Amino acid sequence: MLLMRRFETAADSLYKSKLIRGFCHLYDGQEAVAVGMESALTRRDAIITAYRDHCLYLARGGDPVSAFAELMGRAGGCARGKGGSMHFYKRDANFFGGHGIVGAQVPLGCGVAFAQRYRKEGTVTFDLYGDGAANQGQLFEALNMAALWKLPVVLVCENNHYGMGTAEWKASKSPAYYKRGDYVPGLKVDGMDVLAVKQACKFAKEHVLAKGPIILEMDTYRYHGHSMSDPGSTYRTRDEIAGIRQERDPIERVRKLLLAHDFATTQELKDMEKEIRKEVDAAIAKAKESPMPDPSELFTNVYVNDCGLESFGVDRKVVRTVLP
Amino acid sequence: MLGVARRRLGSGTVLGQLMQTLRPAAAPRTYSAAAKEITVREALNSALDEEMSADPSVFLMGEEVGEYQGAYKISKGLLDKYGPDRVLDTPITEAGFTGIGVGAAYHGLRPIVEFMTFNFSMQAIDHIINSAAKSNYMSAGQISVPIVFRGPNGAAAGVGAQHSQCYAAWYAHVPGLKVLTPYSAEDARGLLKAAIRDPDPVVFLENELLYGESFPVSAEALDSSFCLPIGKAKIERQGKDVTITAFSKMVGYALQAADILAKEGISAEVINLRSIRPLDRAAINASVRKTNRLVTVEEGFPQHGVGAEICMAVVEDSFEYLDAPVERIAGADVPMPYAANLERMAVPQVEDIVRAAKRACYRAVPMAATA
Repeated sequence: MLLMRRFETAADSLYKSKLIRGFCHLYDGQEAVAVGMESALTRRDAIITAYRDHCLYLARGGDPVSAFAELMGRAGGCARGKGGSMHFYKRDANFFGGHGIVGAQVPLGCGVAFAQRYRKEGTVTFDLYGDGAANQGQLFEALNMAALWKLPVVLVCENNHYGMGTAEWKASKSPAYYKRGDYVPGLKVDGMDVLAVKQACKFAKEHVLAKGPIILEMDTYRYHGHSMSDPGSTYRTRDEIAGIRQERDPIERVRKLLLAHDFATTQELKDMEKEIRKEVDAAIAKAKESPMPDPSELFTNVYVNDCGLESFGVDRKVVRTVLP
Repeated sequence: MLGVARRRLGSGTVLGQLMQTLRPAAAPRTYSAAAKEITVREALNSALDEEMSADPSVFLMGEEVGEYQGAYKISKGLLDKYGPDRVLDTPITEAGFTGIGVGAAYHGLRPIVEFMTFNFSMQAIDHIINSAAKSNYMSAGQISVPIVFRGPNGAAAGVGAQHSQCYAAWYAHVPGLKVLTPYSAEDARGLLKAAIRDPDPVVFLENELLYGESFPVSAEALDSSFCLPIGKAKIERQGKDVTITAFSKMVGYALQAADILAKEGISAEVINLRSIRPLDRAAINASVRKTNRLVTVEEGFPQHGVGAEICMAVVEDSFEYLDAPVERIAGADVPMPYAANLERMAVPQVEDIVRAAKRACYRAVPMAATA
């Protein structure tokens, strides 16, 4: 969680120094969901999420260097600079991204679960979405089929209470997202408590393998605005943000637990933070060394089976190529 | 030949009697002169069957594909043969089941998603384009999507504005997709098998009115390993005076037009595009360089259509070879009307293709001759 917190804070600075462009959606405050979930799963289980994906990538074993490089659009990025902040993937860890269209990942995650069941893998998919996406029609379409076909999918609503700038009670007639499944059971979880998240995810995994889909609503919070373009204060008060940081911060909670039970000393925790800070700074430095992608990369990966197909640049008299 | 000899000699003569006893060493059977004929429906059904049999990761999903045997009976018999785990009847929720299909493809299965007609694909178009077409690129090759989206496309008969649109231009616009348009039974078999085996997302545009049409197929085309290359057009009819490009149902119309034109001394070369993306620019240009005149034919709306792209492809690569402006025949620029006479005016007819070809051929008079 410390790594994630530090990573997102660093991303904020990089964005402000214009090394990261476009959209950048930060996850700080929500770390307990990613970490608790990951600790309940194996790498053969799958995770899919929307665009607030940096920390899920890290949780799945993604390395910070490739993450920073991707954010800065460099060749060393996890998608070789072709995806950007919203499109992190780690196929070998069954992390399926990284999706920019709100709600689209919900049926996609059900599809991954379909494949897991088809192949009788005994694995599950954790399909993450936000309180904003919870109203999407395609979610209910997918949930219906998941229930009909008993797909091993856990729908996880990361309820940070704001869909972009709209508070949940303004967007949803019923903001009790865990109850929206009707014929699909749901649990509400304190998303700021990493141990509660872990227990809930363990329970959910066993449940879906036996009985089909379940909904977990994680009550969580994001400190940053929706994205780096959003100060996050036009639709909520600074007091509210400060209050959550004070009362419910997931890292603080764990720190207090560790100290209370003598699992670590204050100094050890401080040293850990320093180490992580160094690690992140080193990762940024390494990522900055990575070059911009070669121009030929414009035309790679359009298809898997490219060979011989033509493609064109902006002025096809100047740039006309056969795909690799 | 022996029959002739017998008749001439009659049975009265000795030679005639001798001839009557003569028989060839093996009695000849009468083989039919034509090759075997199958309908497009049978072609598609057999292609689905063979590919599902060959690869257990191939499965079919869509509305009424199972118990109903397919809205147009394309998937007849498949549920009985492969079971409900591989032939899935979905609820009427295109966005949901298309997303599920794409997700299954992310995890390595090979789904075939059927749209009852491609008009309903618009409900799922975000998944076709943003979730399927672009994933391999955005993930720099980590997430590939070996999926086929198939179903009837374009106008049927009397089904009105919301059930008659052609989506060839829409999907062919998008890099990352492949778009195929079979015409004959051989096209249907070869292209569908190629699409299912292809590791990229393929939009497979069939035509309802072609499903019942029969075409001769070679023994090679009936073999289970048969496959046609994606991105290659077929010259259905050789010609030297004008090139006519068409796809799907319009290929049949173009061939009829070519027959009529031949009677009037115009030799038309008919190209069955087979593949809208990738478009076989090489074949089209080679043909136009030979004939110097071009008519593009499509059923869909004219603006920003397939014909516009073909025209530009020829202008870019073979401008000096054109002896006349490129002619374009397309559907009328209106939503499809219901009344039979209006519908007839909204869809290209054979006489429209003939007229356009003649225009392309008689444009030899220079404009300045009016002085």
